[in-house]
Amino acid sequence: MSATVTTMLLVAVQCGLLLVLAPVLVGLMRQVRARLEGRAGAGVLQPWRDLAKLARKEPLRAPGVRFGGALPVLLMGASLLLVALLPLLQTATLVAVPEDLFVVVSVLLLGTVAIALLGLDSGTAFGGMGASRHMTVAALVEPTILVAVYALSIPVGTSNLSAIVSARLDHPATVVAPVSLLALVALFIVVIAETGRLPVDNPSTHLELTMIHEAMILESSGRDLGWVEYASWLRLGALLALVANLAAPWGVVQHLDVLAVLIAMVALVLKVAVLGAAIASGEVFLAKLRLFRVPELLAGSFVLAFLAVTASYLTV
Amino acid sequence: MTGAWFTQVLGSCAGVLILTAVLQLWRRSLSGSVTLLALQGAALAALIGTIGVAAADPELIGVAVLVLAIKAVAIPIVLGRTAAATGARREDAPRINPTAALLLSAVLTTVAYLASRPILGAAPDAAQRAVPVGIAVVLIGFLLLLTRRQAISQLIGFVVLDNGIAMIALLTAGGVPLVVELGVSLDVLLVVLILRVLTGRLQHVFGATDLDDLTELHD
Repeated sequence: MSATVTTMLLVAVQCGLLLVLAPVLVGLMRQVRARLEGRAGAGVLQPWRDLAKLARKEPLRAPGVRFGGALPVLLMGASLLLVALLPLLQTATLVAVPEDLFVVVSVLLLGTVAIALLGLDSGTAFGGMGASRHMTVAALVEPTILVAVYALSIPVGTSNLSAIVSARLDHPATVVAPVSLLALVALFIVVIAETGRLPVDNPSTHLELTMIHEAMILESSGRDLGWVEYASWLRLGALLALVANLAAPWGVVQHLDVLAVLIAMVALVLKVAVLGAAIASGEVFLAKLRLFRVPELLAGSFVLAFLAVTASYLTV
Repeated sequence: MTGAWFTQVLGSCAGVLILTAVLQLWRRSLSGSVTLLALQGAALAALIGTIGVAAADPELIGVAVLVLAIKAVAIPIVLGRTAAATGARREDAPRINPTAALLLSAVLTTVAYLASRPILGAAPDAAQRAVPVGIAVVLIGFLLLLTRRQAISQLIGFVVLDNGIAMIALLTAGGVPLVVELGVSLDVLLVVLILRVLTGRLQHVFGATDLDDLTELHD
């Protein structure tokens, strides 16, 4: 079996794993939150049941909607591409596909644009408002992601994410270096903002005026809503897994071996579950930030990332 | 004695110093600012202590203990009591909003790096490479002094400025004599004490500690 074929197989395994686990991760986060608030919770499999229910339902679209079912599918495609590009299970790279940081961020932005268009397409006030807020947050988030991962890439000398994870695996001392901690904190804050968790956006809100993500999908229904929800969960899973892998790269496969791949899968599930549960329990203590103070938080994380970059020139 | 641990610890201390300075711009509650100031004082003491241990210089270790006592304990306690006595809780309306201040701090850090390039020379060692951080802390202290309205947050800005100056002096000169550091630190403590009394008077006369109220001369 040639190297390319095995790598493609691994990427397929990675996508499959995330596809199965992303709804479970969301279910886990909701369950942890419910338990901490003294509720019984709906169980970790509830998102899967919701998806199955939505998949059977016919989508209702307002007259005049231009793109209809295309945008949810585009969003799903962008999320899936993101999962395929990130080094979650393995650090092997396909020569033909650049796993470069800039490619990953542009794929992330493609999904953002798709969901914002979806919000605008329905033609309602809340959809447009949500889209405008989402783009504002996205415009503040993308530079920080770039700068934070750039700080991590300076010691490695390449902006290839696989190479960064691989190098961190080879030199564990760099993981706890001050530079890398600063960059990871910055990255963590922007991932929280990008995936619409507290304190930037409340994923379980029912108040339209404070919605960001929910406002954009307010008019979607049936299969369309299913695709959008699935894609958003997949994106959350992928980004959390990336942060987890950068913070604790252990378990990622460097040499191809069936046993190692199995270990990597278990390690990934554990890491993401721990991170998700930690975020969910943190959210219990947080209130949503006022919208006008969100730029403050994101500017703070940008400065952290920026300091990480300057400091990494200091310590090389 | 300049091994990898030395660089690592030095880098961490410098990182905490600049981080606490930047977070000062972010925090609005005065008690949070005072805690950050104490943390910054402790980081400065740790920096001096690290250089002292690496150079096996007992005088520097003495300086570190002195700085720890004054900047991480005495000054924060005095400031905390002043804040409690005057009833000032928050810095409500800084002259520029925190987002702009944070971005400005990034610019100031860049300026510090560019400005310190000629000072450092061709092959700086680990201690000298941290000098730009000291300059950045000085500049951020200036920014705090310029943009804050409350008397106590201006005092905090002043102490941040002084921390930065102490850091630059230490890193460029390779150590400060105990007598000099004693003089400077006690000076700062004295200034803080005098300004504390002034803040009390301000509170007494105006009912607030906003320095913008001081616009007219009286006899």
